[in-house]
Amino acid sequence: MNVLSTIKVPAKLEYLHRIMDGISQCARELGFDQKRISEIELAGEEALVNIFNYAYQGNVGDVEVICKLDRNERLIIEIIDSGTPFNLLSIEEPDTTVDISERRIGGLGVFLVKKLTDDVQCRREGEKNILTLIINKK
Amino acid sequence: MEINVRKEKNISIVSVTERMDAVTTPEFEKSMSDLISKGEKTFLINFSALDYISSAGLRSILTIAKRLKGENGEILFSGLKGTVEEVFKISGFYSILKIFESEEAALLKL
Repeated sequence: MNVLSTIKVPAKLEYLHRIMDGISQCARELGFDQKRISEIELAGEEALVNIFNYAYQGNVGDVEVICKLDRNERLIIEIIDSGTPFNLLSIEEPDTTVDISERRIGGLGVFLVKKLTDDVQCRREGEKNILTLIINKK
Repeated sequence: MEINVRKEKNISIVSVTERMDAVTTPEFEKSMSDLISKGEKTFLINFSALDYISSAGLRSILTIAKRLKGENGEILFSGLKGTVEEVFKISGFYSILKIFESEEAALLKL
C-alpha cells in the first residue's frame, strides 16, 4: 500500500479545511475528475464532522487522516480517532421519500458517506476508531 | 462563501457562492434567520454559483424551509449544478423542495 499523505490535527472544525485540502490534493494527483473530487471531499467532510462532534465528547483529541493508494488502484482514506467507541455504519439512515414536515433533520451525513464512496469500513483497534473510505478509480 | 441579497417586489433573492460546508453554513443560516425575523416571507435561493454543499448545508436548508412553512412563507431554489444538484437528488430534496432551472423560471411561479 502506497501512502500518499498523512495529517494529524486536533479534532476540531477549524481544521476541517486543512484536512480537506490534503484529501482533495491526493485525489487530484491520482487523476480523479473535479466532480469525483467534490464527492470524495464531501464523504470526507461528513466523516470528519461526525468525529469533531461526537468522538471526544467535549474533551480534546486528535484526528489522523491517511490517504493511500492500494494495489487495485483504489484511493483509501483512513480516518483515525482515539475517542469513544463508535461505528458510523450503525447510524440510522433518513427516509428520503417522506415529505418536508416528516423529514428528519439528522442522519444525512452518514447516508452521503455511503452513497458517495464505493465502500466504507469501520473497526475498533485498541483505543482507536478506524474509519476507512474506499474509492475506486473506475 | 459570499451571500448576496437583493429584493424584487416582495421576493428576497439570495445568491450563495462557493461552498456551503460545516464551517461556512452558519453564516448562511444566520443571514436567512435575520431576514425571516425582519419579516421577509418569500425567498428565492440562487445556487448557480455554489460549487459544493454538505449535509451541514442541507440541514440548514431543511431547518429554514420548515420554519418558513410554519410561518406561511415560501422558499424556492434555482440554478443547482454539478455536485450540488447531485447531492440534492440523492438526498431526496427534489421531492420536498421547489427547485427550478433558473431564477427566471422560479420567479414565474411566485
